[in-house]
Amino acid sequence: MPTFLFWLFSTVMLIGGGAVIVFRNPVASALSVVTCFVGLAGLFVGLSAFFVGVIQILVYAGAVMVLFLFIIMLLNLKEEAKRAMPIAPILAGLGLVIAFVVQLLAILSRTADTTLPAIDKATLARSSGELVEAGTIGASGKIATALNAGSLPDVHLIGRSLFTDYNLPLQILGVILLVATVGCVVLSKKSSPSD
Amino acid sequence: MATLNNYLLVSGLLFAIGLAGVVLRRNIIVVFMCLELMLSAANLTLVAFSRFHPVHGLPDYNGQILVFFVITVAAAEVAVGLAIIVALYRARQTIHTDELDSMKG
Repeated sequence: MPTFLFWLFSTVMLIGGGAVIVFRNPVASALSVVTCFVGLAGLFVGLSAFFVGVIQILVYAGAVMVLFLFIIMLLNLKEEAKRAMPIAPILAGLGLVIAFVVQLLAILSRTADTTLPAIDKATLARSSGELVEAGTIGASGKIATALNAGSLPDVHLIGRSLFTDYNLPLQILGVILLVATVGCVVLSKKSSPSD
Repeated sequence: MATLNNYLLVSGLLFAIGLAGVVLRRNIIVVFMCLELMLSAANLTLVAFSRFHPVHGLPDYNGQILVFFVITVAAAEVAVGLAIIVALYRARQTIHTDELDSMKG
């Protein structure tokens, strides 16, 4: 990804994130989170993680944030009244955050940097050969064909891993989603006075 | 080209913003949204490492699958968390964390 696109998406993401805590209206905060997630999805696509970028938009910016907006409007929250906040927690919180950022900068300035490894037609053809040799993919399968044609079959590769190496975690994830669904119904059911 | 440290810096800053929101805001829904920001910052780190440390010349897909799992579990967490917030609002008519202090010692 060209450097200016990286900084563009990072700026969108960080401004969106900052706006979340600056706005006093929860609806404005929720829309800022959406802005932040769109910038983040741009960064994912720039890192050739197309599938993750797409589900970031569909699941996070789409479904999850709509759920947030739905609840905010359901509760009919008014804009937060300006109230005097005790100064000690604010200072402690800011101190914590500043300490974190200083640590981050100190560590990053000492660690060796890595430049982006190239992914192009030549390396993709080579990885296709390596994967076929290792027996992970078939020589004439969809993944090998796409790799030899010089495109990155991101979704196919993730799907292959997900349904072979990570099959059990995937099943457990399904159970977690079912439990969450049942839990939501139980939590939001109004308890009737008879029971 | 952006390097690995650039990505780590940006994701660390996003995490710091989320942390600041969790500590400074008093509206429980905004606190919850800032938690999502922190999860997303971790996801950005995972994807950056997966791209910068290739396996067989391809991004390390184990990292991206972890991101997939994080996003799915976060979606379930949001659903349950918001249901709890609605139940809390029904019981107390407030979602301001300063007024929810019945467990305070």
